[in-house]
Amino acid sequence: MKKSKIPSLYLGLMLALMYVPILLVIIYSFNESRISSVWGGWSLRWYRDLFRDRDIMDAMTNSLILATVSSLSAAVIGTLAAVGMPRANLKGKGIIEYLSTLPIMIPEIILGMVFLVYFALIRLPFGMVTLAVAHTSFCTPYVYMLVKARLVGIDKSYAEAAKDLGATEWNVFWDITLPLILPAITSGVLLAFAMSLDDVVISVFVTGVNTNTLPLKIYTQLKTGVTPKINALCTLMFAATMLIVLMSAWFAKKSVRKTERRISSEEASGIRNSVGLAR
Amino acid sequence: MSAEIKAGPTEASDPGGVPQKRKAALRRFFDAATISVMPIYAFTLLFVVGPLVYMFILSFLKRAETWGVLREFTWSNYTNILKPVYLKTFYESLKLAFFTTFFVALVGYPFGYFMARLSATWKRRMMLLLMIPFWTSSLIRLYGWIIIFRANGTLDKILMGLGITQAPLKLLYTYSAVVVGMIYALVPFMIFAVYSSAEKLDWQLVEAARDLGATPWQAFITVSFRLTLPGLLSGVVLTFIPSMGLFFIADILGGNKVILVGNLIQEQLMKARNWPFAAALSVVLMILTSIMIALYRKVSGVKDLEGLV
Repeated sequence: MKKSKIPSLYLGLMLALMYVPILLVIIYSFNESRISSVWGGWSLRWYRDLFRDRDIMDAMTNSLILATVSSLSAAVIGTLAAVGMPRANLKGKGIIEYLSTLPIMIPEIILGMVFLVYFALIRLPFGMVTLAVAHTSFCTPYVYMLVKARLVGIDKSYAEAAKDLGATEWNVFWDITLPLILPAITSGVLLAFAMSLDDVVISVFVTGVNTNTLPLKIYTQLKTGVTPKINALCTLMFAATMLIVLMSAWFAKKSVRKTERRISSEEASGIRNSVGLAR
Repeated sequence: MSAEIKAGPTEASDPGGVPQKRKAALRRFFDAATISVMPIYAFTLLFVVGPLVYMFILSFLKRAETWGVLREFTWSNYTNILKPVYLKTFYESLKLAFFTTFFVALVGYPFGYFMARLSATWKRRMMLLLMIPFWTSSLIRLYGWIIIFRANGTLDKILMGLGITQAPLKLLYTYSAVVVGMIYALVPFMIFAVYSSAEKLDWQLVEAARDLGATPWQAFITVSFRLTLPGLLSGVVLTFIPSMGLFFIADILGGNKVILVGNLIQEQLMKARNWPFAAALSVVLMILTSIMIALYRKVSGVKDLEGLV
């Protein structure tokens, strides 16, 4: 069979199209000119301006706090649940498992809307608290699913051997299970961090009057009118997201490699796919 | 015999007795595993189930004259949706979702299919190359399209430079801009879904069809296409569902010209402050979403959405 060139051409062209909008934002962030449709030569002035902008710096602090709090809460809730679920003597495990992943299954707008009305009902003060709860809800499933997938690959005889030698449940978790699932947890936390850092739809609904995050700041600017500063901000956020996602993928790969020794490569590639597609 | 040996150490360590036994039963209930799942039980019940149940209840409550809701049952939020203005919004949303899904399938299917035929090394590279735009914040990608579409933007410059058009096209804030933005945002879902299904395809079947005299096109339709259909279908579901809720794409690229269910929900919540109506709209949107998933499951006989975790 002769090999046609059409597939490679098509793939190349489509990839190029996917990158063009992103590259344009990055290139224009180095544009000296104030009017963004005119090219005025290379410059870093918008980056300098960005770091002098009090509002944007406040939003950046908020975003970083928020992403840290929600990804770490997700790490605790998700990891404990993934480890405990198979052995817990509780009714409705399957249902809770399904319901806990709903926040990343249902349309974002519905999640944002239900949080808004519910937080008003239980009188949670709108601002960082509501944002953190909402973000934790969609961060937890990532950690949970990644850790659960990793646990499948762990040989149960390790834990049994340790127990025979007199280890308590806590010893087993701390000395055996945790080190084995740590790459999966790290990968999930990083993914959750990136998701939280980029979220706009849910944040629009649950934020308070005076609380801004970086995506909210960009969103309002895109609606009202952009300054080149926003290009610089977008570029920095792009760089941060990429760094975090690549780190997450690296940890996931580490986790999968450990797992591959135990389970068939087909299952491992399934995990690898789910790592890539977990969005 | 073996039971005796097993029982040995426990017997030795605790001498028995009723209080000890009750303690053991309690300990089994409050064991480490049960305690460790408590956080997710609590969080899910309080912050996932609670809000969803409240949304459902809220959609049957009356709106108060000035602020908040009254505890009175009413169907009016649902009958309200049947008003021509709102029905039209649903119609527009569905139309845009169909449009988007159609084009996403048209663009994404060949991509996923061709990708599955690459060598293992190139598959990995392509995955990485796809990950970057996929993970880039949707705001940044939308901003890129603003730069392209705005008057005297990149597209206008290219087209005018080539002499194809004479004046700026004014594409920003049009229906086409929204469609392009939607396709761009959703095409990765289709690509991944088709890819994961095409990757499992046994290419020997295609070769067999060719050996038996099928043209490449016939072989594709009778073998490859049918076997990758589940992937295409899950791609369709994965694109169709979010495309009804992506209000901010219509907001940013469409100005105020394109109003979707998502925009309507946001408007009712934030501006009109009619929360029961927004809740009813969300319930209907969720029902539509569930119908899509159920239909898909029925047609394909697959339980999980392929490509979705």
